[in-house]
Amino acid sequence: MQLTGAQALIKSLEREGVDTIFGLPGGAILPVYDPILDSSIRHILVRHEQGAGHMAEGYALATGKAGVAMVTSGPGATNIVTPIGNAHMDSTPLVVITGQVATAAIGSDAFQECDITGITMGITKHNFLIQSAHEIPRVVAAAFHLATTGRPGPVLIDLPKDVSQSTMEWWYPSSIEELDLPGYHPDVEIDPRAVAHAVELIGLSERPVLYVGGGALKSRANDALLAFAERTNIPVVTTLMARGAFPDSRPQHLGMPGMHGTYSAVTALQKSDLLIALGARFDDRVTGQLSSFATGAKVIHVDIDRAEFNKVRKADVTLQTNVALALLAFDEANATPLNLDVWWKEIRTWQERYPLAYDAPSDDGPLRPQYVIEAIARAAAPGTIVTSGVGQHQMWASQYWQFEEAGTWVNSGGAGTMGFGVPAAIGAKAGRPDRTVWCIDGDGCFQMTAQELVTARSEGIPIKVAILNNAYLGMVRQWQEMFYEERYSEVYLSADLPDYVKWAEAMGCVGLRASNLHEMHEVIARANEINDVPVVIDFRTDSAEKVFPMVASGSSNDEIMVHPSLRGSSR
Amino acid sequence: MSPEPFLGGTDHTPVRHHILSVLVENKAGVLARIAGLFARRGFNIYSLAVAPAEGNARFSRVTIVVDAQSAPLEQIVGQLDKLVNVVAIKDLAPRDAIERELLLATLSVDNINRASVLDVAANTGASIVDVNAQSVTVMLAGTPKACDHLEKALESFAGVELQRTGRVALPRLDQTAMA
Repeated sequence: MQLTGAQALIKSLEREGVDTIFGLPGGAILPVYDPILDSSIRHILVRHEQGAGHMAEGYALATGKAGVAMVTSGPGATNIVTPIGNAHMDSTPLVVITGQVATAAIGSDAFQECDITGITMGITKHNFLIQSAHEIPRVVAAAFHLATTGRPGPVLIDLPKDVSQSTMEWWYPSSIEELDLPGYHPDVEIDPRAVAHAVELIGLSERPVLYVGGGALKSRANDALLAFAERTNIPVVTTLMARGAFPDSRPQHLGMPGMHGTYSAVTALQKSDLLIALGARFDDRVTGQLSSFATGAKVIHVDIDRAEFNKVRKADVTLQTNVALALLAFDEANATPLNLDVWWKEIRTWQERYPLAYDAPSDDGPLRPQYVIEAIARAAAPGTIVTSGVGQHQMWASQYWQFEEAGTWVNSGGAGTMGFGVPAAIGAKAGRPDRTVWCIDGDGCFQMTAQELVTARSEGIPIKVAILNNAYLGMVRQWQEMFYEERYSEVYLSADLPDYVKWAEAMGCVGLRASNLHEMHEVIARANEINDVPVVIDFRTDSAEKVFPMVASGSSNDEIMVHPSLRGSSR
Repeated sequence: MSPEPFLGGTDHTPVRHHILSVLVENKAGVLARIAGLFARRGFNIYSLAVAPAEGNARFSRVTIVVDAQSAPLEQIVGQLDKLVNVVAIKDLAPRDAIERELLLATLSVDNINRASVLDVAANTGASIVDVNAQSVTVMLAGTPKACDHLEKALESFAGVELQRTGRVALPRLDQTAMA
């Protein structure tokens, strides 16, 4: 069967089980947009290529499948660089297809030419510049294999226009060997000596902690983690990238560690004698000042990527495998710590003394953002997916939402990409139409990518957006208040400009506003009744509100600052 | 590139540099991927040599001398291994490797010093590969140390244009193997 390169590309995507592409056409990718008309794949037309990338990420994080985005060459390609970088930092499986100028024109500074494989070399797991139509099936199959196996990540395929216009005899690889990836071996034999050593360290530990990172979600380790944790009674912390890997409702869960983690999670790591790091990478946001991080702890480091070993923190045992397999191996060897009663008693004391706290909301004053999140969560259906941008609202969402299952928390961790929330929510909802999707956003983040609400409305993707509108770039404001003597520089945004309700309405969404508790409950109930169009709520929140606990950048985790209302107690 | 002299060597001087013999797919941009990785991770390359491996069009061998003090070798190897086009990495401690390098140097000569240039060449095992009335080009293929010696010996001459290839290396053969 003779196909054009464009047809072969779409057919290859169908073969990989792709049901949704997020994209925007343009000159160099134009040939590929024709066969889309005849394909079973749903194409979601975005309003900016960055939106396509973040939607594909939201789709991937909510479904566990690779997200797919397609854009044209030049500015189309550079506009999707931020999502690619974001996916690279968070190990999100993504396949991004970019149009390229014709092969003969490459290197001539042709119209809308850019070296996107060169630009993305450092922020993709791998990228391809296709040279002939015959390669297309192999490259597409290889791209999905690379994106979704081992440590997942973004893969870019650059497709010159003449290649998509030329013809090829259709074929499709039927084995891994045909992918021609002689240097790629994602499956690693588990090292029984490392397992034995880890089991021995666990057996000697009195103050162990399961330090669970994003790799636990990527390897679908929820069940294995729950079984291991319940059997051993070892305290669990889940990083920002791992929220949902272990149910928040379990008393064994201490919450999130790190700069804005719970006191008990941060302190348990600090005082631990054994960190069992599961798909976590000792990010500076978790460790704080490295030299004073968990100084008394031995480390078992489980990761699928051996380059994470001893990169930041020296490990006593390194075990290269995925988190689920490691936990099964530990269970099989009956790894069991010493009696943890004393350890738990100590942890319970911290939890009682220093819970998450904020000032009680008043009836008429500005809203407490934490209370808004708790109110939305209380009224939300089980299994609701939450996305966020980056900043204070993101930390509060992570702190105050109760995550019970994988794929319900979709956020930008490593890269900290403002504006992630709205497009990621659209992608998550496109991938999981059965779920309610709330985007907890900040006013600063919302303004970066909210034009995608047009996409949401026109494509019939009814997400719900809660803007915690404090009229500021809140996290920067918080740092300026605390570390720059309240010298506020370029952080004020105004609560009324833009008018978020009118913005929502102009984009075909329902716009609501709440300035006090009564209105808050009313608009949340109203938003939950609307299931056919997107809803945007402008919650007027207190701009003075800060995220606590907090470990100041570069400080030791021992110097964690709890909420002012909890300070000075010397019980 | 580090301007510092090589501290490794085939004797037992302290090892700062490590040799990575890296088998890669012979595809466009592979060298850029390696160079880019080293640049963005802050790993230093001391020297680098690339050529097709085993006369094979499909694979090339890249011999990279890395500064193992700029980053732990484990990190360098771990990150390098993640490049999809990298097929195999051999870490060769200098004492476990046979290393060779090629040096070419063109020197201005006159009737007075022509003889001493020839002397230096003879004493270091270098050969004369090109000559005209004003200049001589010498060549040495030898150990990095031998190239160091020649380079040092040529310092006193005027108008020296000198080029070294960077080393290539393969593992030293196992002497305990039975015939």
